[in-house]
Amino acid sequence: MANQPSASKFMRWFDPRNRQPGTWAFILNRVTALGLTLYLLLHLFMLGKLAQGPQAYNEFIALAKTPLIKIGELLVVAAGIIHGLNGIRIALTSFGIGVNYQRQIFWLLMALAAVGIAAFGYVMFFVA
Amino acid sequence: MSQERWNITMIISKKKGEEPAHFQSFKLEVDPEEYVLDAVERVWAFHDRSLTFRHACHHSTCGACGMRVNGVEKLTCITLVRSVTHNGGEMKVEPLRNFPVVSDLVVDMSDFYNRMEEASAAQVVPVRKSALPYEHDLFPDDGMDHERLTDCIECGCCVSACPIALTTPAYLGPAVLAAAQQTHSLSGKPCIFDLVDTADGVWRCHSGFECTAVCPSNVDPAWRIMDMRRRVIGHRIKHLFGAK
Repeated sequence: MANQPSASKFMRWFDPRNRQPGTWAFILNRVTALGLTLYLLLHLFMLGKLAQGPQAYNEFIALAKTPLIKIGELLVVAAGIIHGLNGIRIALTSFGIGVNYQRQIFWLLMALAAVGIAAFGYVMFFVA
Repeated sequence: MSQERWNITMIISKKKGEEPAHFQSFKLEVDPEEYVLDAVERVWAFHDRSLTFRHACHHSTCGACGMRVNGVEKLTCITLVRSVTHNGGEMKVEPLRNFPVVSDLVVDMSDFYNRMEEASAAQVVPVRKSALPYEHDLFPDDGMDHERLTDCIECGCCVSACPIALTTPAYLGPAVLAAAQQTHSLSGKPCIFDLVDTADGVWRCHSGFECTAVCPSNVDPAWRIMDMRRRVIGHRIKHLFGAK
């Protein structure tokens, strides 16, 4: 029954080939949601370090300022912006608002996301 | 028909009985102005008489010839060869996804048809109520009670393209939800809410909009699903204030 619906086929959700912007948005929302969930777990783990005293806290802060972690933080910011903005599009279209313009809304919001991510990146790497 | 001739390779999914599906290639000379269904028939007529596929009207009315062409759901009787490949190119033809394969390109759509009946899918609709609200003046009212065939030809392309139908067999699917929306907009039947206001009804849709992208017949299932959600919420609010 290889051609029938099955929960085990969920990995195909992430296949963007031959699909439309609606599916790309669908994929982006899932990838960013998984990323944000993973980040939440890491965040709680790192916060747990604070309970281990000032030295552990200082080591954590020093680690947080390394370029690799900063890139990770920027990815978290990117995931938050993309997921949030795409969520607005889904909330609007889910109740009949702008359904016929969902592609244009998607591209507009992703352009806004790109600007937001670039601004955060600039502040994180060149100002803060 | 044109005088132009293209040499293409058709790669067709074959499956008989319990054997796993596999692909078989056929070299063909085709007129690029032919339709994909013509090319499939050419394979059957001149290369492989065991090839099975569904077809009937050849003019996008029966909905029998929905297939995946190069990975995208198409009604093959209205899809030009020119639009899906090029001279010297390949054309991969597979059965629709999310339906059991009976043989080669033939899928079993009986469950789908049963669900369409559950949604009281109309066969004919009054012309003045047949256009979508955003299609202004598509059928100007001449004061007569004309009827026309409903847009949905039950080809199943939307179900094949839907990412949620891929993983959830219980999901009603875009065509059924679109039919339910049309039923409610035509008749106001409140019983339709029992069918669609469920976890596997309108709330299961995840806004991929692939159904509308592949629909060959202007049904716009995604718009209808979103409109059905509004109707469901309106019904719930009325119910909250005591309406039956």
